[in-house]
Amino acid sequence: MNPLNRLRETWRPDQVFDLVQPTPTFDKSLDTKHGPILYVEDVSVSFDGFKALNNLNLYIDDGELRCIIGPNGAGKTTMMDVITGKTKPDSGSVYFGQRINLLKLSEHAIARGGIGRKFQKPTIFEALSVFENLELATASNKHVWYTLNHHLSGEQRDRIDEVLTQIGLTNHYQQEAGALSHGQKQWLEIGMLLVQNPRVLLVDEPVAGMTGEEVEHTAQLLTSLKGRHSVIVVEHDMAFVRSIANKVTVLHQGSVLAEGSMDQVQSDPRVVEVYLGE
Amino acid sequence: MLTQRLLLSDRGGMLVLGLVVLMAIIVPICNLAVPGDSPLHISNFTVGLLGKFLCFALLALSVDLIWGYAGILSLGHGAFFTLGGYGMGMYLMRQIGDRGVYGHPELMDFMVVLNWQELPWYWQGFDMFWFAMLMVLLVPGLLALAFGWLAFRSRVTGVYFAIITQALTYALMLAFFRNEMGFGGNNGLNDFKEILGFDLAAQATRVGLFIASAIALVLGYLACRYIVTSRAGRVIVSIRDAESRTRFCGYQVESYKLWLFVFSAMLAAVAGALYVPQVGIINPGEFAPLNSIEMVVWVATGGRGTLFGAIVGAFSVNYAKTFFTTYSPETWLFILGGLFVMVTLLLPKGIVGLFDRFRRKGEK
Repeated sequence: MNPLNRLRETWRPDQVFDLVQPTPTFDKSLDTKHGPILYVEDVSVSFDGFKALNNLNLYIDDGELRCIIGPNGAGKTTMMDVITGKTKPDSGSVYFGQRINLLKLSEHAIARGGIGRKFQKPTIFEALSVFENLELATASNKHVWYTLNHHLSGEQRDRIDEVLTQIGLTNHYQQEAGALSHGQKQWLEIGMLLVQNPRVLLVDEPVAGMTGEEVEHTAQLLTSLKGRHSVIVVEHDMAFVRSIANKVTVLHQGSVLAEGSMDQVQSDPRVVEVYLGE
Repeated sequence: MLTQRLLLSDRGGMLVLGLVVLMAIIVPICNLAVPGDSPLHISNFTVGLLGKFLCFALLALSVDLIWGYAGILSLGHGAFFTLGGYGMGMYLMRQIGDRGVYGHPELMDFMVVLNWQELPWYWQGFDMFWFAMLMVLLVPGLLALAFGWLAFRSRVTGVYFAIITQALTYALMLAFFRNEMGFGGNNGLNDFKEILGFDLAAQATRVGLFIASAIALVLGYLACRYIVTSRAGRVIVSIRDAESRTRFCGYQVESYKLWLFVFSAMLAAVAGALYVPQVGIINPGEFAPLNSIEMVVWVATGGRGTLFGAIVGAFSVNYAKTFFTTYSPETWLFILGGLFVMVTLLLPKGIVGLFDRFRRKGEK
């Protein structure tokens, strides 16, 4: 933007300056009365001229389980980076509920506020036990001085036990997390999101590298979350997506190509073209 | 409950701490009470040497806390150590009073030489012990706070952080070498007379300083244990192993790093303040980047990420240094370099890890 345009932008009559806008807080209850819990509107991100996201629009309803598919480079991971505050977009807006502007918040604040994220590669704390992994992730005061002097409350322990049952690792809770199998690590990471009591879960490729049985277990786990949490799953495995999703969004070149049920999407000629080539 | 957490759950640490306490009891007795011709007598020289090693052990502890647990390699801890030393040195200089070579009631000898008329503002207050000790903690602490805030906020990590900490200590060295800085320039601060009214040349005072160093080491160790066994300690280990995961768990990674760095710097400063009255001099040479690298070698040799390994490393490497610099001074640097290579290749967990390996073999 050249200086003249910046000046015009600044003195626009309807300009609302950042400093007079209320700072986003998570104290107020989340306003989802219009349906969606997450609003991603006109978001564009470019890296060195390459448009990773191009006017992306996406609305996620409260309690819904949404699958996002798309060929490599469609912008799936970048979209997650934008929502969780890791990447700041060039333009567009991202709202959590109707009031909370996520673009104004840092990663840790977004995570505390109720948006949990699972990475593509399982990232857990390998040197700590399964229980300690969950303990660290548990929703509580996360300031330095507090964690130096406080232990978990009984309530928080109960929540950890509950999640341990949910992810099927009750018998492994004392084990060092680094020694878990690949599938168990993935579940532990999902468990670490669950103990944070998030409203929205972003799950990146949960079944990559899993055996058939593990995939089935993961599908059960994710569908059981529906209703209590909004879950966004990015996945390549079509059979898996078909087994869990009722609504699928297809991304292509940084914007939404198609949206609907799996059958609708698969019969869309544009989707077929993108996936199979001409 | 707390003893269980700090001591009993950590057998190696208990053993090492026990040895330190034993040393703090036996050495003064064998030095002061046992007559000089007895084979059990410990010489004044040895007491001074061990006292120095105790300070180095505390310093190694501070390096291990930040490097072994948070994974932040600081090659500039010598800066905090030396600043702490200068704080103590300034107090000791003010205690000299008019007994200096030039007999000026207020100015230090080097200030008289520079033809200064009055005491610089930053020397005010250092005639009071409590004020000097406060500054020993505050100055390095604030430096670490400002430096860490800038570095961690910009997410400077790994080798880049190591390099800028080297630059920090190097810059301080150059600054303190200047006479106009008012810290004695090249010669530093020396010719101390007394501390808290006790004569520094008296052997009883030296033994007192030795015991004080041992107490500081034990307290420092317990404080570090308290931190690493708390929930905050596990957050710190998590940051080392998976920083972005920790951030997405809702932790403000930068503030954890920052406070640990500040605490570690203050610990190093205490070590420096105890070191100076025992060796009787502090000069800008202590800021030398090589010193800071040596501290990392102590920790690596002892075993990083265990705390007591740092104590073992500081004692063993410094003992080796004393031995080799006495018998063949020109080989020491080669041995130090070789030691670092050997530890990295053969003993990734240091001396402490070696014992662990033997024990595990024994169990099988």
